Amino acid sequence: MFTAIQILLLAFVIFAISRVYLRLKENVISTRVAIFWFLIWIAALVGISLPATTTRIAEFFGVGRGVDIIVYISLALLFYLVFRIYVMIEDLRHQITYIVREIALSNTSKSRKSRKKPKK
Amino acid sequence: MDVVVVNDGSGDNTQFEAERAGFSTVNHAINRGLGAAIKTGIEYAKEKKADIMVTFDGDGQHDPSDIEKIIWPVFQKKADLVIGSRFKKSKNVPLDRFFLNWFANFITLLLYGVVTTDSQSGLRTFSQKALNVVDFKGERMDFSSEILLEAKRNNLKIAEVPIKAIYTEYSRKKGQKNLNAIPTFSRFLVRLLR
Repeated sequence: MFTAIQILLLAFVIFAISRVYLRLKENVISTRVAIFWFLIWIAALVGISLPATTTRIAEFFGVGRGVDIIVYISLALLFYLVFRIYVMIEDLRHQITYIVREIALSNTSKSRKSRKKPKK
Repeated sequence: MDVVVVNDGSGDNTQFEAERAGFSTVNHAINRGLGAAIKTGIEYAKEKKADIMVTFDGDGQHDPSDIEKIIWPVFQKKADLVIGSRFKKSKNVPLDRFFLNWFANFITLLLYGVVTTDSQSGLRTFSQKALNVVDFKGERMDFSSEILLEAKRNNLKIAEVPIKAIYTEYSRKKGQKNLNAIPTFSRFLVRLLR
């Protein structure tokens, strides 16, 4: 039988998988990204419903408990994702600046005739 | 000579006043930071095929009479990039600014190997060659040191000329904030390690 925490976590994982599926259907995320998240959540599903598997993996890697290996892998993954997001935001910022600059340069004051005083 | 005011998203009368005074303006729709504004100025100068370009901060800390001094080395073909150094003959520099600048210069030397007495100065002259080769990514205060690195990478001749710095309450308020040094420095590191 499942314990209460297992049921809660399983419900959450199923919810998360449904979100990935919906976003994939809406074409918000690419198939590649969806597969990545499906794999992550399915791994979580297996880990939660069959805790013995994580213990076996932990033993293989020489880590004491199954839970520990999950925490280690999750942390590494999270750090990596934060880094990826940081780089993505930096790129976006540069792209925004590029657009702002292009618009500014194509509208330099001497190429425009009339100009109103801006509102305060 | 063409004077252009880069209005980096200011919602006040900056643009209106600059145009009323007869200057060209280039207006960023939203604020993109000092580095981005300088780069827009550089792009403008490149479009106009300028022979020489001077950047001049809008916070009132520079003295227009220094412009002549800092363009001279380029005219004489002694330099491609001239930095107006506020610290070469340092007098009346607030102590906190002195230390902050010393730190910025030290980091510039450590990371980029460029010796400078004022890596963060806003008064600079670019030769046409410098305009065409210098390209930097920093959009905020971190671009200042990057310009020096770019100049070094492209084998440009760099010169420093002492200039006056006018530290008024207004110019200090408008200029680089002391605490900005931390995010500026960290962004600088991330870009280097990325």
